[in-house]
Amino acid sequence: MKRYYPVIILFITIVVIQILTFVTGKGYMLTQLTMSAYYVLVAVGLCMVMGYAGQISLGQAGFFAIGGYTTAFLTTIDFSDKAGTAIYKLLDTLGLLITKETLYGDTIMHMSPWVSLFLAVILAGITAYLLGIPVLKLKGHYLAMATMGFGIIIYRLVLGTKIFGEADGISNVPSFTIFPGLELSGDFSTRISNYYIAWLLVIAAILLMVNLINSRVGRALRSLHGGEDASDAMGVDTARYKVIVFVIGAVFAALAGFFMTHYNGGIGPSEAGVGKSVRYVAIVAVGGMANIWGSLVMGLILNFLSLRGVFGHFDDAVFGVILVVMMMFMPEGFIRIAVYRDIKSFFHKILNRRKVEKIKLEHSHE
Amino acid sequence: MNNSNIIMRIENLDKYFGGLHAVNSVAFDVEKGSIKSVIGPNGAGKTTMFNMIAGYETPSNGHVFFNDILITGKKPWQVAEHGVLRTFQNLKLSNHMSVLDNVLLGWHSLGSAGFLDGMFSSPLSRREEKKAKEAVFPILEWLNILDLKDSEVGNLSFGNQRAVELARALASNPSMLLLDEPAAGLNMHETTDLAKRIEKIRDQGRTVLLVEHDMSLVMDISDEIVVLNFGQKIAEGKPSEIQKNEEVVRIYLGGDDA
Repeated sequence: MKRYYPVIILFITIVVIQILTFVTGKGYMLTQLTMSAYYVLVAVGLCMVMGYAGQISLGQAGFFAIGGYTTAFLTTIDFSDKAGTAIYKLLDTLGLLITKETLYGDTIMHMSPWVSLFLAVILAGITAYLLGIPVLKLKGHYLAMATMGFGIIIYRLVLGTKIFGEADGISNVPSFTIFPGLELSGDFSTRISNYYIAWLLVIAAILLMVNLINSRVGRALRSLHGGEDASDAMGVDTARYKVIVFVIGAVFAALAGFFMTHYNGGIGPSEAGVGKSVRYVAIVAVGGMANIWGSLVMGLILNFLSLRGVFGHFDDAVFGVILVVMMMFMPEGFIRIAVYRDIKSFFHKILNRRKVEKIKLEHSHE
Repeated sequence: MNNSNIIMRIENLDKYFGGLHAVNSVAFDVEKGSIKSVIGPNGAGKTTMFNMIAGYETPSNGHVFFNDILITGKKPWQVAEHGVLRTFQNLKLSNHMSVLDNVLLGWHSLGSAGFLDGMFSSPLSRREEKKAKEAVFPILEWLNILDLKDSEVGNLSFGNQRAVELARALASNPSMLLLDEPAAGLNMHETTDLAKRIEKIRDQGRTVLLVEHDMSLVMDISDEIVVLNFGQKIAEGKPSEIQKNEEVVRIYLGGDDA
């Protein structure tokens, strides 16, 4: 039970923040807090891959984009003039077509986001699986470069493809009615419910990962971090485990991409950029690598500041600097037990020195 | 195999590293429930032998059978699943994990809970966690590291780290242990303890294959000894026979002094 206490604290914090924004009349901040939650979801997934299993990925923005663009593309197809087609009939009989009226009074029909959610997750999972099998045989900076290569491919793909809107991305993505009365959208009236949708998703993800970390498979994953020989010798199928954790990270990123796209009503190529992937790595690093809570806290703070425009034009530069500083001075991460211990022993030393000096002084007076 | 008392049969193992014939047609059997040691000067091919048995290197020629099953060509984790567990000369522990987590990792091959079980903390997963802990606590206690169970392994003394590695290997309830220089870096007192422990492990019905430099340890506890030199087997027999073997005495024990 003890391992669920932080989850309860997280939930309370989320509620308190919402109430605070309401009381202080800063409800507009919920928008950035909601978007931060989706970026946190990516970071939590990457934390498993990079922090716990020790496999770096500079391609998480690519998976985010797969999730976002899959749903953006599929749910913006208007089926109202495709009544005769096979896919129309299939979706219609399954009740997966949604009729809506646009701002201009036109009637459109689009595919239910449930379908695109399913397809987005499957597509990201399969991509990660097929990419992971060859790429995860690499180690260290070779793995970093290979995953970055994947990220660049996705970025150029969405930037250069007409159906993905090229530099403009895809807009007018419809809202997603999860069930009647609960709608995933950026509409002003649903701001509070969307804040909770986003953070409950993060809580669910954290719960799953906290359980995983403390399980048989979790231990095996953590042991990969220190070198695979030990895991191998204990009967861990290291290659398979690495691929599966990579798939989990990709699915989290794709889910974040899916939700964010419906929340924002669109997606653009910047979400797929390498700069974004670097951000995720920087967040996990500064969060303490193998520390899911560190990733959460730093992901929330840094993304919130970034989305509020605190970093101004230097947005990406700030994350770059964080990454450089982390790699130079704390390659094992910032928020971690060892640092806490170092700080504690530092104060102990100071206190003890005072005591020693005091004793010396007393002696010298004698 | 006609002799059912043989747990491992090593048939004409060869290993070439480029032009170097590191292991040259080595063959021997290991009897079930015995302690067998492989000795020889540095570079004799002992560790290469170990790596081939445990799946870390593929032999150029030859086979290793464990309980009549061919294990050469299998990956290390598959060999481990068969119940052949190894330790390492220079310790391969997960330094950032606790003692308990390291030893529980040894239980891995006995469990079957997968990713989804872990994520949803399924009944299977919880049952296995409980079972694993019940299995490892006596081992920790036996090796005197129970009170260190929550310490990070990287902060322990070398002797304790060796104990953790042994505990981890035992946690998988192996039928055969491959110990690669388990006494290296231990003081005399710790080595005496180790000798008792290895004998106890054998008395539990496990088979031990040992590579070791500490001659007194080897002579004390081994049931049989294989001597390698330049990749070739030059002698095999009981400790008393090996001590009398002229060639062994000449090349290994240091001429007339022995």
